[in-house]
Amino acid sequence: MTPDIVQHALLLSLALFTIGAVGVFLRRNIITIFMCVELMLNAVNLSFIAFSRSLGTLDAQVLVFFVLTVAAAEAAVGLAIVISMQRHRDTLDVDTFSLLKW
Amino acid sequence: MTLTPVQQELAITALKVGVLLNLLLMIFSGMTYVERRLLAFMQFRLGPNRTGPFGLLQPIADGIKLFFKEEVIPEGANKWIFVAAPGIAIVTAFLSVAVVPWGGTVTIGGRPILLQIADLDVGVLYLFALSSLSVYAIVMAGWAANNKYTLLGGLRSSAQMFSYELALGLSWIGIILLTGSFRFGDIVRAQDGWFIPDWFFFKQPLAFLIYMVAGTAEANRTPFDLPEAETELVAGFHTEYSSMRFALLQMAEYVHMITISAVGANLFFGGWMSPVQFLPDSPLWFVLKLAAFLFFFVWLRGTLPRFRYDQLMDFGWKVLVPLAVLNLLVTATVVVLLQ
Amino acid sequence: MTIDAVTFYVAAALALVSAVVVVAQRNPIYSAFALIVTLCSLSAIYGILGASFIAILQVVVYAGAIMVLFLFVLMLLNVRPEERFAGESRRFKLTALALGALLAGQVAAVLLRVARPGVASDFDASSRPVARILFSPQYLYVFEATSVLILAALVGSVALARKDA
Repeated sequence: MTPDIVQHALLLSLALFTIGAVGVFLRRNIITIFMCVELMLNAVNLSFIAFSRSLGTLDAQVLVFFVLTVAAAEAAVGLAIVISMQRHRDTLDVDTFSLLKW
Repeated sequence: MTLTPVQQELAITALKVGVLLNLLLMIFSGMTYVERRLLAFMQFRLGPNRTGPFGLLQPIADGIKLFFKEEVIPEGANKWIFVAAPGIAIVTAFLSVAVVPWGGTVTIGGRPILLQIADLDVGVLYLFALSSLSVYAIVMAGWAANNKYTLLGGLRSSAQMFSYELALGLSWIGIILLTGSFRFGDIVRAQDGWFIPDWFFFKQPLAFLIYMVAGTAEANRTPFDLPEAETELVAGFHTEYSSMRFALLQMAEYVHMITISAVGANLFFGGWMSPVQFLPDSPLWFVLKLAAFLFFFVWLRGTLPRFRYDQLMDFGWKVLVPLAVLNLLVTATVVVLLQ
Repeated sequence: MTIDAVTFYVAAALALVSAVVVVAQRNPIYSAFALIVTLCSLSAIYGILGASFIAILQVVVYAGAIMVLFLFVLMLLNVRPEERFAGESRRFKLTALALGALLAGQVAAVLLRVARPGVASDFDASSRPVARILFSPQYLYVFEATSVLILAALVGSVALARKDA
């Protein structure tokens, strides 16, 4: 376990976060955008674990545990909302849900 | 040539993996024969007795037949996922055997060898993780065949699997509380006592019942095999599979059943510990207990009718999960009070 | 190269490639499978970094439960591959990529300025130490609050997805 690995893990976390963010910008399907948000959450988890290894503190792992739990709850509610959106408009394209735009 | 210690460890592990794979394949083919014969005797008929003496060459005949069948991929099916699904099924089934101990530590040639491929410190959780992953094989198999019956069968089967996984996991937690560790070796050694009642079967009877019911549902065995029975939804998620891919799916199911039996023998009946104090502990006890579990699965199949799907899901969520939580509550209270 | 390093780089490459597939693939079901591969390779990396408990939890919770939910919703809603990939204009796509690069640059500037992180020795992150902190008075309240959160999510998702008869 060399310090290189920890630093490369941090860079990987950055790369995954950016890929997820670009995915949220670019995609049109709600569920795919949701998956890119989950990707960003996982990138943050990875950087938590990398810092936990580097600093020797286990508090970061407890935080990862909570992020995991909250992501599960959020996925359940979010997908339920997506199902009712699909029932309403019969499409999953984000651009069609634009009634609140000025 | 001399190997470095790391290389020696790798070589020993590779040897263990090879032996275990062969053992599992032999048990699998033996099980296909034993199941058909036992079911036949239970149903007052004879079963396969023509190929070879007493029909003992039947598994070989089955293998050759499946090998020579034509591999059909339905038109409009998603090729990659159709081909990948049996692969994932077999990989998760075989990977889960890696943490199951078959015996204690044997000394061969002056070095202690653990009769277990990987003694993870999160052993029991690893099994939970792999059974969660095995749901994907069924979802993929059901969806990829581009057939509404297989899709429904696949979704039903995977919903059944992850519903009963919850009860399965909860039944293990009582044992983990009593042992204080997730390692398989620790759990089996905690059952080493002077007298039989040290087995967790006596200390956690409700957990054992929940484990047997949930394990049968996990392995998609009767009475919970509605999603893949031949008379329901045209054989469910493995309708469109033929030849070797079908053989892989069947192998995955049997290996899953063997894993559940092995884990049950280890967690509830003391694994390789002998039941009486004057006989030595040995892997043969484990094989005996494993065989008893496998016989029990075949016996269930020959005796009970199938659950309807809504009865199945009702039972899993409304009966098993509350019972498992109750068991956990009582166990935790007892552990705290006895400290 | 130790086995740790080899496994780490292989898992990292797999995670990167499948993350790109998640974002770039038109069919959402393929994106979901690619995300499952990403989650499993991240779990391997957590294991290499010493966090064995969190690694197994990641597979059980994320790859084993959340993604099954995603796949169920995708298959039951019969989601088709999208025709228009990313908005109408090319300018939109280029702006998105430029903003992504800007984000990466900003975070990289902070990360690389921090001194190289050392590696703590005597690191034990199996379930017992993590659970000891999780149930300590510092985090106990949060732990119980997340159980209420999960209950709220359970009731909420059933209420939201129900067909109003």
